Amino acid sequence: MARDLHRTIDAVWRIESARIIGALARRVRDVGLAEELAQDALVAALEHWPKDGIPDNPGAWLMATAKNRALDRLRQATLHHQKQQELGADADARGDHVVPDFSDSLDDADDIGDDLLRLVFTACHPVLSREAKVALTLKLLVGMSTPEIARAFLQPETTIAQRIVRAKRTLGDARVPFEVPRGDALRDRLSAVLEVVYLIFNEGYSATAGDDLMRPALCDEALRLGRILAQLSPDTAEVHGLVALMEIQASRLRARQAADGKPILLMAQDRGRWDRLLIGRGLAALARAEQLAGDIGPYQLQAAIAACHARAGTPGETDWHRIVDLYGELMLSTPSPVVELNRAVAVSMASGPAAALLLVDGLVTDGHLARYHLLHAARGDFLARLDRLEEARIEFERAAAMTANEREKALLLDRAREVRAR
Amino acid sequence: MRVMVIVKANENSEAGVMPDPELFVAMGKYNEELVKAGILLAADGLHPSSRGARVHFSGTARTVTDGPFAETKELVAGFWLWEVRSMEEAIEWVRRCPNPHVGDSDIEIRPVFSPEDFAAIVPEQVAAQVAEQDARLRDQIASKA
Repeated sequence: MARDLHRTIDAVWRIESARIIGALARRVRDVGLAEELAQDALVAALEHWPKDGIPDNPGAWLMATAKNRALDRLRQATLHHQKQQELGADADARGDHVVPDFSDSLDDADDIGDDLLRLVFTACHPVLSREAKVALTLKLLVGMSTPEIARAFLQPETTIAQRIVRAKRTLGDARVPFEVPRGDALRDRLSAVLEVVYLIFNEGYSATAGDDLMRPALCDEALRLGRILAQLSPDTAEVHGLVALMEIQASRLRARQAADGKPILLMAQDRGRWDRLLIGRGLAALARAEQLAGDIGPYQLQAAIAACHARAGTPGETDWHRIVDLYGELMLSTPSPVVELNRAVAVSMASGPAAALLLVDGLVTDGHLARYHLLHAARGDFLARLDRLEEARIEFERAAAMTANEREKALLLDRAREVRAR
Repeated sequence: MRVMVIVKANENSEAGVMPDPELFVAMGKYNEELVKAGILLAADGLHPSSRGARVHFSGTARTVTDGPFAETKELVAGFWLWEVRSMEEAIEWVRRCPNPHVGDSDIEIRPVFSPEDFAAIVPEQVAAQVAEQDARLRDQIASKA
């Protein structure tokens, strides 16, 4: 059976595009231009391969074609420059030297990893908005097309297209160098990259039954990006921490929704449906992070919490005291009312609902999460377990009124009815 | 999608002929590429079937046979588990694999079942089972808290 050629070309493109763009960007010093050149090569492949067949080494074919386009453009630019000189500008031979060494260094295998790192740091550069970083990362590193990104993010295609064009222009205008940041800057820049990867993962994780399949696929893409980064930057604990967190969360993907699409809470999930392979990979990544010295970052801490759940064969075996401690550490490194709320839930499991109620009452007084439905859902849960059923019902109904997510709303109203019936 | 990529056995692999160092290095490099691409989840090579055993099922009867087994080309010599975007991507990666054996070889790619594949057959049973488990676990949690 002949396989669909366009699907094959698409597969080759997804495998090769990032390294082609990276190698070109290193030479032309312009990520936007590099991406255009690579696209030119893709267009050429779509034109030639159906007639001539797929080359034995399709990646090398694409790279060579893109390289030739780049040389054409550089020659044109040089000619243009020379013409300007002939027209009376001063004799500055700038530009000529760009061409000769171009072809020699483009295929150096050792540079591929460095190019990819440079590319990811450029796509996640601080001059860009968060949305722009996400779109550019999916475009340049993952090789997704603009329509695919639009479908995955439930946005009109024109919005995403404009976002990408503007992002490339912003990078050009700011003269962002194509490089891996060094020294003190590296840490902040890396955490921006990890943030983008985790944003992509969470966008996929929030997909529900009936959504376009491109949405859940974002989880796979983020995981793949994370694994690639872990290879490129093996001595950075937080990269392994993020990979561990994503692997363990992804292990629960198929257990977190009932057949009718209703979310199943962590404690109620069928642990037999958890993906043991991903759990194993997640725990291994966490172990790698823990072996590396230095401060323990927020991803590693969250991964350690996720690991506590992953290691427990039944909900009753969960090490809640350890989870309380880990949330306490997370409060020190990245304090937020949401982390405190999670700590309260863990405290309710470790020491009972009365202690936890004190903590959430503190959050209620504090007021930051006044409109956050999960605060009221948790408070309702603690009250119900203390047999304060009427107060619990009010909290569940309040929480239900606060969420726009229909399935969550249904779940909360179920709980309100449940306590009323008790 | 997850795929199992199955390296089929051949006469040499079944005879326990170890690959020469060159192939060993090439295969190591290939595996490294798979890891760098972020698609490799698991991989292992298998001893020849002479060290294996087979259990035959016929109704309630079970018959155990020790290896080696005859149908060499149908036997498995090793496998990878990959997370890829499509069958086409898996095929592209397999095309890049060095010939895994001395002599001719076959590598087979098989998509792994995902929960969605079962959704059409057992939605109600699963839903009922989940609901039941749900109730049981809640009781369990309540009694521990």
